[in-house]
Amino acid sequence: MKWSSAGGTTRACSSMTSRLGRWAVSLPPTLFLLVFFVAPSLIMIVASFRFPGEYGGLAPLVEHGRWQYTLETYRFFFSDFIYAEIFIKSFAVALATTLICILMAYPLAWLIARSPKRHQDLMVLLAVLPFASNFLIRVYAWMIILGPQAALARATNSVLAVFGFEPVTLLFSPFAVLVGMVYVHLPFMILPLYTNLARHDPALLDAAQDLGANAWQRFWRVTWPLSLPGIFSGSVLVFIPVLGMFAIPDILGGTGDILIGNLIKEQFLGTRDWPFGATLSLMLTLAVLALAGLAAWFARRGVDRHA
Amino acid sequence: MPLLELRNLTRRFAGVVAVDDVSLSIESGEFVTLLGPSGCGKTTILRMIAGFELPDAGEILLDGKNIAEIPPEKRPLHTVFQSYALFPHMTVADNVASPLKMARHDKAAVKAKVHEALDSVHLAERAGAYPHQLSGGQKQRVALARSLVNRPRLLLLDEPLAALDAKLREDMQHELIDLQREVGITFIFVTHAQDEALALSHRIAVMNQGRIEQFDEPSKIYGFPQNRFVADFIGHTNMLEVDVAEATPAHLRLAASELGELVAPAREGAYPGQRGWFTVRPEQVYIGPAADSELKNQFSGKVRSFLYVGDVTTYKVELADGTPIEALLSNSAPGRARFFEVGDEVVVGWRHDAGMFLDD
Repeated sequence: MKWSSAGGTTRACSSMTSRLGRWAVSLPPTLFLLVFFVAPSLIMIVASFRFPGEYGGLAPLVEHGRWQYTLETYRFFFSDFIYAEIFIKSFAVALATTLICILMAYPLAWLIARSPKRHQDLMVLLAVLPFASNFLIRVYAWMIILGPQAALARATNSVLAVFGFEPVTLLFSPFAVLVGMVYVHLPFMILPLYTNLARHDPALLDAAQDLGANAWQRFWRVTWPLSLPGIFSGSVLVFIPVLGMFAIPDILGGTGDILIGNLIKEQFLGTRDWPFGATLSLMLTLAVLALAGLAAWFARRGVDRHA
Repeated sequence: MPLLELRNLTRRFAGVVAVDDVSLSIESGEFVTLLGPSGCGKTTILRMIAGFELPDAGEILLDGKNIAEIPPEKRPLHTVFQSYALFPHMTVADNVASPLKMARHDKAAVKAKVHEALDSVHLAERAGAYPHQLSGGQKQRVALARSLVNRPRLLLLDEPLAALDAKLREDMQHELIDLQREVGITFIFVTHAQDEALALSHRIAVMNQGRIEQFDEPSKIYGFPQNRFVADFIGHTNMLEVDVAEATPAHLRLAASELGELVAPAREGAYPGQRGWFTVRPEQVYIGPAADSELKNQFSGKVRSFLYVGDVTTYKVELADGTPIEALLSNSAPGRARFFEVGDEVVVGWRHDAGMFLDD
């Protein structure tokens, strides 16, 4: 009996220190999330129910001894279909950017992962090298590349002329926005995909081939399913930033090419309707959370199906 | 006609000859082992048969047809990889079904064959598990089932037991022997573990530096090694440098530099004055407190050290001239853990028909 009670005390003791340790380790990230995610979100939620100030900002929360809050911004948001349209368009652009990034990054990541070890680091460095120069400068560079006087536009239009089509403008178009989005976010797809592909055991492909798989079957049955986690993390890293991006549509897009990001920015810096800006960004956050939840649900369902 | 024939197979890597003019003929239903130290070319031969490496010269004939032009996925043979190479995203059943699915068999047939294959390795109840949920031995058996499910002509096994612990390895050796007998498929097994080769194979090809030193049954390889490398690599042995003093059809008289004269079994081609080696296995060496009148070759010495491993004790005896001789003594006598202590004066000896003279 003595032995077991002694053992119990030690266990209780060690479990208490381990619990303390766990607290100590998880405190900094918890604090970080509280200060930089939960608090701003709460501020935004509250702001979305307030009145705009006369010269921008927010009207006082309490005036003449009464609470000043309204559902006006939400009524406004749901009353005009234009906002839903911009949301849908933004999601479509984000989806298209993500898909194009997957298509472009996959062969490149595969190539890097397949290269001799001593070349891999250099190739990864080259893939992220554009980050060394300023984001805006890189986007402005596309203005020159896509501009009407540039070789690309001229060549395109002379080819179109041969087939009897009207000339097109590349710049200030949805096409230019997409080009900019893909260009800026491509490395975020390459890196997780490369990390994933480099980890694949080459013996698996040998085994597949040995068991009768041709090149296509080796890709489709082995490489592709094993790379899904990499594609998933890359997609998250591309899709969500694209959804909130306003600089690229501002610089490369035309007047009709505004996305949610532009709309939100406009509320805070242009029309100075902070409550409506808060409502829009809240809607965006909700949509992203819903999407993440959906993705997690699908992922779990996939696991259940396999188990 | 042999099932598989290697003719003058050669493979070089960056100027280094990995496989050097190897010829080998394997019959249908055989369990053949390529045995040798790492870097001897055994795995390269296996990879050439599988199609992952192409020979620089020579031919690989399967059923008499050269398969050099056939890509790995079209060859009617499979490999069990050292790392098992199970597909981590597939269940055990899907892993085993994969060769059938690649070949587009119909679903009902696939299910029946997968069940049969898993049954033959006693893993039917783990069909729904993923590879990471299996033990090493279970992964091994899944890899075997996957390679056997569509009945290849030939199964290549690349050190498949290397990652298992000793106890499990022995179990798997028994299972492999049973499995090979049951399915009747020709196995070519690659290993550097000589005990494994002796235990499993019908025939063993002992390899060294890209060449086959000897291709024979296990008992011949162990009992009648053709040269010094084979004698030394397989099991333990005593090796003495000798000159042939007299060669008759009945026996050889050998002169060991300091030790004196030995009598050894006759060997074809041996001639007086020839230099070479005399090898005798520790278990053929008698060790006792006094001379035994039965033995022609007897020398006295002192016990230097011994290894007690339970069933037997190996004694290292130093003879008068400093030559070390190993002798093996069974511990079957009841109540006796060992017979001699370090420093004991003993006599070691062996029969005139024990051991062999080797010319290289």
